[in-house]
Parts: sequence; structure tokens; C-alpha cells
Amino acid sequence: MAELDLKRAARALKSPEAATGVAAIDAVAVNSAAARQLYKKREPIYPKLVYGRFRAAKWALLAATLGVYYLLPWLRWPRGPAEPDQAVLVDFAGGRFYFFFIEIWPSELYFVTGLLILAALALFLATALFGRVWCGYACPQTVWTDLFIAAERLLEGDRNARIKLAKAPWTLEKILRKTGKHAIWLLIAAATGGAWILYFHDAPTIAAKFFRGEAAPSAYLFAGILTFTTYMLAGSMREQVCTYMCPWPRIQAALTDEESLQVTYRADRGEPRGPHKKGDSWTGRGDCVDCRACVAACPMGIDIRDGAQLECINCALCIDACDEVMAKVGRPKGLIAYDTDRNMARRRLGERPRFRLVRARTVLYAAVFALVGAIMLFALSARETTDLNVLKDRTPPFVRLSDGSVRNAYTLKIVNKMSEAREFTVRLDSPAPLALTAVGTAAEDSALRLMIAGDDVRALRVFVTAAPGAAATPSMPLVFSVEDAAGDKASAPATFMTEREK
Amino acid sequence: MAEREIDETSGVETTGHAWDGIKELNNPLPRWWLIIFWICVVWSVIYWVLMPSWPGLTGHFAGVRGHSERKNVAAAVAALEAERQERMARLLSVESIDAVEQDPQLLEFALNAGASLFGDNCATCHGAGGQGAKGYPALVDDDWIWGGSLADIRRTLQFGVRSGHPEARLNVMQAYGDLGVLSGSEIGDLAEYVRSFSGNSASPEAISRARPLYETHCVSCHGAEGRGDQALGAPNLSDAIWLYGGERADVAQTLRDGRGGVMPAWTGRMSEEQITALAVYVHSLGGGE
Repeated sequence: MAELDLKRAARALKSPEAATGVAAIDAVAVNSAAARQLYKKREPIYPKLVYGRFRAAKWALLAATLGVYYLLPWLRWPRGPAEPDQAVLVDFAGGRFYFFFIEIWPSELYFVTGLLILAALALFLATALFGRVWCGYACPQTVWTDLFIAAERLLEGDRNARIKLAKAPWTLEKILRKTGKHAIWLLIAAATGGAWILYFHDAPTIAAKFFRGEAAPSAYLFAGILTFTTYMLAGSMREQVCTYMCPWPRIQAALTDEESLQVTYRADRGEPRGPHKKGDSWTGRGDCVDCRACVAACPMGIDIRDGAQLECINCALCIDACDEVMAKVGRPKGLIAYDTDRNMARRRLGERPRFRLVRARTVLYAAVFALVGAIMLFALSARETTDLNVLKDRTPPFVRLSDGSVRNAYTLKIVNKMSEAREFTVRLDSPAPLALTAVGTAAEDSALRLMIAGDDVRALRVFVTAAPGAAATPSMPLVFSVEDAAGDKASAPATFMTEREK
Repeated sequence: MAEREIDETSGVETTGHAWDGIKELNNPLPRWWLIIFWICVVWSVIYWVLMPSWPGLTGHFAGVRGHSERKNVAAAVAALEAERQERMARLLSVESIDAVEQDPQLLEFALNAGASLFGDNCATCHGAGGQGAKGYPALVDDDWIWGGSLADIRRTLQFGVRSGHPEARLNVMQAYGDLGVLSGSEIGDLAEYVRSFSGNSASPEAISRARPLYETHCVSCHGAEGRGDQALGAPNLSDAIWLYGGERADVAQTLRDGRGGVMPAWTGRMSEEQITALAVYVHSLGGGE
């Protein structure tokens, strides 16, 4: 017994307890406001692994987002023989963007703009509701850093082991562990860079070419750049990207209000903090046992108990860390929890906390999101399958022919957005009788017929001729129209010009 | 080594240099900066070896890789021409030039090639859109001095007009006034008569005075009714298009001073394929016969 006591005493001396069964961790919030200096060197952070619902949610999101990123290009989506069968493809060479059932031509890039606007509005809404939830769970920087830390943990152990290893002299084991870690990091980074180029070419083809050394130099260049940035941003730079490089923290701070849910230390419940022994009364003191588990878990190197801070990405790992401790000391969970500034104020006044997800700001964001989404959907469903552009010759604007008639020339660009070839009939609608002719295409009863391949554009130079005196006004409006056999039609206005009467 | 001196305020080592009692701190360069600096130094050495770098007395060190931008450009041009070769060859292999317009792909190729050749070589005189100018025929209308069929246009392009080439199209519009063949009043009467072909009013006296003169000097080329002759390159005088202007004074000047516009021969300057593409393009401008 005496021996056992001694052992326990020695262990207690080595790692003092904040509460019975809860170790006080010697963790320093290296990035807290108090430690801030202008020319401070970056201090490494060794986040401790935590277990809990938020950690589980983060693992699940990590698997889901990375799964989508790495696997999406391999998904097939048959579109017929003339077009690629990759579900998501940015085809620069062919000038098309494919996204499942959506196909966008370069002239329809506004759909991409609309998509970006939708993404921005979704981010506004999510931020107004749940604070920096994007930063904490879904941002690539967070996801890949999380993955890199997991790889680091695999090779170097959890927090304490990593700190010890960092201080240890360079032994063969340390060299092996560090090399192994960087090797895994580089492998992940290379896979990230490699997956990027799959979105711009047919995935199986480019992958095979890539490993045979036959892909275009740009493919290797972009894979290389993405490998380098992934390795640097998720391996070395980590939280500095969020704190110093990323503009989002500043913008998102402006999007939240006192009703937004944020990771909050409930100071009213936690203070005054201090160590606690089993059996001691909880009255007259706060629930925080000052074990610093929240600080040790934080990947940003801050102490959430200092309140809302610019560095905080709302990843909620401190909630998991604290809940574990609260369970051990027998206090209710949620000393650190998603809460609002308004509720903190209410508690201080002894009022009941209230969560208001529906408020003017969120309703507005949701309404604008729904409106833009509806416009996009409508535009997509009403997307033209035939298009016509008319370009009038300007040098010269008109030509007088030898018999005194006047002729104007136009270049028609006829777009066939369907995947099969179609025959189109070109017609001219004008207030005066005018003749329509074209180079290389015969006109039959003042209409031109021509075939256009599937998913293609054809330019056709046409001439419109007015007999002497037929064009009364110097400038006369015309309408060109194209129509296929099924009645799919497009038209475009133009102008017929002639000499002003002297 | 001298003893290191640490500055009290900043805690940084000094260099030992002092001016007016101010000591210089020995702040090290940032590590990231140094790393990039050394990478650049190493890279520059590699570059010297691989790429053309050092000048010499008779030339320059060409580098191990033998890189040369001039060679690259030549290779790129050769590659482009090799790529075009097949279609360019088809332009000549078709049985007649008219067949080009029956093949949509070949037509598109010829029109694009022709458009760029036209911009480089023809637009200076004939205008960017082929609209022409006084003395430079418009190529967009349907009036052709030497013929507007594809074959005629190609021939004009190949050998030119009064270009000095042995096969050039050649004729002479004499300076009837300057040579003393016709008097001033005769030229005035003739101008009025010629303008009457295209529906302009003319005095009957002038016409009756001019008709014998026209029969003597003009009819052999321009025809009895002034319709011209493409085989001789004699312009049609009865239509609405005048190369040198259709006012009385313009026509009189033409009769007095003569006309002799020059179109250079392009054979030898352009390949036959290029000339064919250009002919197809000019033909497509609108006036092709």
C-alpha cells in the first residue's frame, strides 16, 4: 500500500491534477492576445487528440469532402458519342464546362458567376446562423491540416510524445519518424495535386498518360504547384494561413451578430476557475477546473476562455475536450458550447437563454439565396438549344452593284447546342422585298438550308440585296431566323443600310 | 574572436561597428529569404550550364541543351506548315477551283487562310473589307474589269495587271488629250456621251458630235454600247460603278490623261496554294461570278 501511494504521489508530482482524475495540462495558448508581439516567431502547436461528437462530425466531413474531391472526376455520365462522358469536367480545349446534366458554353459563363453568387450567399447564411462553421469544418485548409495532423499523430504520437520528440536529439528513430511523416504528407499532397488535373481532362486517360510521362507539361506544372501548396499550407503553415493570409475571418466576423451561434466559453458558469478535489463542494466556485484541456486541443493555439477571438475557427474541438472533463468531474456538459453573445448577456441578467435562428438577417439571406437559385434554375431549364448571332459587315456598310441595286453582307453564327447534327433553315424577315443569298449554300425560295454538326457552331456569310429603289430608308430593320425541322427556333435583329438620298 | 556584444534594449548581438555612439545590430537575414537566395544561386549555376549564357570573342556559349529561340520559332512555323500541308495540297488537287466551294470544310479553310493573306497583302490598296478606293477596284461589288470567276481572279492574282510580268494582264487607256489626239471640246462631248450609257442625260448635239469619235477611238475595246470586254480588261461604261469616278469631270480627266493602274504579280511571292485560297476569299466577298 505504502509503495502504491508513493507511486501515485510521484505521478501526481510529475503531472499535477486539476481535479481528481483530470490531469492539468501544461498547455500554453501561444497565439492568445496576451502573447501577441509584432515580431514574434511562430511557435509550433501540438493539438491533442480529443474524442466526442464534434470530433466525430469532423472526421465524417473530412472523409466526405476528400472523398468527393478525389473520386468525383472518376464518375461517368453518358452524354452521347460526340461529348465526353465525365460527370464533372472543365474542358478548356473544347470550350465546355460539364456538370452532370448541365453543359455550359463559354458564352454562358454567367451560370458559373451565378453559382459563385449562390455559394457566397450560402456562406453568408451559414455564417449568420452558426458563425465560422465553414472555417471549422469544410474549408480545404482546415480539412487538409486535420488530415496532416492525423498523419503526424500516426508517426509521432499524440501531443506529449510530439513535444518530447521535437526536443529530443536527432537519433535514428527521430529521423525515421520525421522522414516518414514528410513522406506521407508529400504523398497526400501529390494525390491532391494529381486529382486537380483530373477535373480538366478525361480522368482515366490523363491518369494513364501522367504516369507514362506523356501528359502535357501544364498537367505536371499544375500537379506540382498543388502538391507544393498542399504540402506547405497544411504541413508547415497551418493556422498561420487562417490568421494572417485568409481574408475570410475578417469578412465573416462582419456577417455574424449577437444571435449567431459561436463556440463560447460560458464564463458565467465557469468562473471563478480553479483546481477541484473529489468531494469538495462546487458552491461558490465555477465549473472550470483549469485543466487546460481546451487549450491543448486547440489547433489555433488560443484559449477559448479568453472569449471570441479572431484566430478561432469554431472547430468545436475544445467543446469535446471540455465535455470529457466535465463528465469526469461530474458536472453537466456544455461549459464550452455553441452559444450566442445575446444568451451570455441574458444569463448574466438571470434570464433564460433563447436561440433565434429565424431573424431578419437570416431570412433575408435565405430569401436572396432562394431567389437567385430560382432564377438560375429557370435560366437553366429555359436554356436555348439553338442560338443565332448576326455580325454586319462594316467595311463597307453597303455595296452598290453594277445594276444599281444595294447589297449588305452579314456573318451569321449559328449555334447547335444539341449533341446530334441538325439541318437548319435560315430565313429573312424584312419590311421590303430583299433577296437572301450565301457563299457555298444554295438558296431555295429565299431560304437557306444547311447542316450543322452536333454541339457545334457554324459561320455563314450571307448577302442581302435590295433591287434599285427597294430600300426606301437609309437604315432598315431586319430579322434573321434559324429553325430546325422540329421547330426549334432562334432569331436575331440586324440592320440593312443604303446610301442616303442626295 | 572578439567577444560578442549584446545590445541591452533589443537583446540582439551587435556588429561591433559604431558611428557617433550608435551601434549597428547584427539582425540575421530571415531564414526563408536566405533559403530562396541560395536556391537562386544554385539555380543560376545550373542555368549557366544548361542554357546559352556567357559571351565569348567569336560567339557565345550555347549551353548544354543547345536551346535557341530562333530554332524554336523555325520549328513551330515548320510544324504549322506541316499541319496545313494536307489541306493546302487539297486546294490545288481539286479538279477546278470551283470545287473548293462545294466542300464546306475546304471552303472554311480557304476562307480563313484567304482572310489573313488579304489583310497582310491586299488591304493596303483594296481596303480591309475589299471596299476599294478611287483607282483601286472594289472587290465586294459585281463589276469586274478582268473577270470575276474564281479562275479569272486567280489569274489576276498570279500575274497582276501591268505588273511587268510576261503573263500580266495588259491594256492601255491612252491619254487622248495629252497626246493631242482629241481636243478639249471633243473630250467634253465624249465624256457626256459615255455618261449617257448609264442613263445620265446628255445633249443631243453633244451625242451627235461624239458618236463618230467614239466609233473611231473607243468602240474596239469598250463596245458599241459601252458594255466593255473582260477579255480585254475594258471596263463596262454602262453600269453604276466607276473606278475613277463617274462625274463629267472625272470621265473627262480619264480621257485626257489616260489610266494605267498597276496590280503586282503575286506568283513567286505567295505559294500557288495561298493564291488559290486568296482567290476563293476574294470571290466570296460578294462579287464573285
